Amino acid sequence: MSLGTGRDIVYLVAAVCFILAMKGLSSPKRARAGNLLGAAGMIVAIAITFTTPGIHNLWAIGLGMVVGIAVGAPVARRVKMTAMPQLVAAFNGVGGAAAALVSIMHFSFSPVSLSTFATYQVFEVIFGVVVGSISFTGSIIAFSKLQEIMPGRPITYPAQQPVNAVVALGIVGCIVAVLVDPTKIVMLVVLVLALLFGVAFTLPVGGADAPVLIALLNSFTGLAVAATGFTLHSNVLIVAGTLVGASGMLLTRLMSQAMGRSIPNILFSAFGSVVTSSGATEKEGRSVKSGTPEDIGVLLAYSNRVAIVPGYGLAVAQAQHVARELAETLQKRGVDVFYAIHPVAGRMPGHMNVLLAEANVPYEELKEMDHANSEMSTVDVALVVGANDVVNPAAKNSPGSPIYGMPIIEVSLAKAVIFLKRSMRPGFAGIDNDLLYDDKTTMLFGDAKDSLTKLVSAVASA
Amino acid sequence: MSSGILQFVTVFVLAAFVGYEVISKVPSILHTPLMSGTNAIHGIILLGAILTCGASHGPLQITLGIIVVILATLNVVGGFVVTDRMLEMFKAKPAARDAGKGSQPA
Repeated sequence: MSLGTGRDIVYLVAAVCFILAMKGLSSPKRARAGNLLGAAGMIVAIAITFTTPGIHNLWAIGLGMVVGIAVGAPVARRVKMTAMPQLVAAFNGVGGAAAALVSIMHFSFSPVSLSTFATYQVFEVIFGVVVGSISFTGSIIAFSKLQEIMPGRPITYPAQQPVNAVVALGIVGCIVAVLVDPTKIVMLVVLVLALLFGVAFTLPVGGADAPVLIALLNSFTGLAVAATGFTLHSNVLIVAGTLVGASGMLLTRLMSQAMGRSIPNILFSAFGSVVTSSGATEKEGRSVKSGTPEDIGVLLAYSNRVAIVPGYGLAVAQAQHVARELAETLQKRGVDVFYAIHPVAGRMPGHMNVLLAEANVPYEELKEMDHANSEMSTVDVALVVGANDVVNPAAKNSPGSPIYGMPIIEVSLAKAVIFLKRSMRPGFAGIDNDLLYDDKTTMLFGDAKDSLTKLVSAVASA
Repeated sequence: MSSGILQFVTVFVLAAFVGYEVISKVPSILHTPLMSGTNAIHGIILLGAILTCGASHGPLQITLGIIVVILATLNVVGGFVVTDRMLEMFKAKPAARDAGKGSQPA
């Protein structure tokens, strides 16, 4: 057996590892093992690549890997759980950039004349360049929105859709031109246009939709990597890239379904720009009831059943541990407590599960939305901690609202609702919440962690 | 030549079906870790980066080659570490479970 065959077998093993890794990641029990299997496949595939004949510049490769590990590992280790979504965007972006660069370098530094490239070979290269570049700049915008370097609101300007369409058509035109006559200058133009398009099509996407956007860009990077696999004649690149590309498309759809919206709606509707048309105009002068921690503590302590509805405010305030403490204090008094988890509460699907698991909240106390809603009418107090859009009845009642159709946690079915919020400011989606003005709603203003801490002592002394 | 490309297209099409099928039953709580995990898997571009850097000549190409390897390594390392940290949170922690138990609803 030649070394080349041996190498191909190792690549095959790596490809199987990736498939099993994704299979594992689809089930809570085997997810972690699945991820480790994927990492093992990656290490094996990378290691065997060094046996490829004609690899030079080992020092340069080594230097690059050392720098990459030295920067990437500590950042990934130390970043706070709340910053995970933007970190995924960032690591996706660098992957897209790497795929685009590999394609560009293959084209630009080819020892043979460009005219000897077959048309399909040029297409493979240009596909990798375009899709990788879009993924790169798109991820930067998604990162900046989540990191709040730029406003999370959709950014719109006049004639945005036509401008984007022109850029997209320009890209298509350049691709055709390159296929007919491969020149470096057109290649450069298409690169610039693709980088521009990545920015242009992500700007109007609201920060609350960024998770879906990241899933889509992740899928793009996968496809770009598959394209480089065609260029470099590497089956393992094609398999791994395509797996990510295909699963990413499905995942994007599943995520947008969980938010009750379609993908075109998320990408093109400039979420939030229609806010004023929703039925939330006549709220001047409506009064809001706010309570003291002591009052609310008593209310909680003497209820039979309490549902805690966590949202992004819980994540920001790092209040998951105090939330568990409050739940335990209530449970010691005999109150039945559960957590009602909206699938897209926070900034990413599953965000709340991860945070509460970190705080050692028993898994069986977390109830998924449908289950929680069916029990909500038996709940005495629904305690909404830093959530807003995911409990906003506008999603059910006002067809003009941008979030209309999104499934929500129906806290209004509970006998009383308590909102822990920093202010009356609307949530991430920028939509006012009528529930805040409801008679059975009591507000407790302040940082979620402070408010919960006060509630713990109020319950303890009640 | 054309049979070579056809072989790669075959692999591509089959992998697309596998990718779609293999995650079709993922529960919503695992959406984020799955996204992060697949993000790590496309870090396989590091393999392409190594081949590209390994075939470079001259300062410009080698500099770009190093940059590609750095970017791809970031993708691999960051992707797997972040995913592992997310999934670490899903571990069952039996010691912490007794705290709220044992009390009867009033």
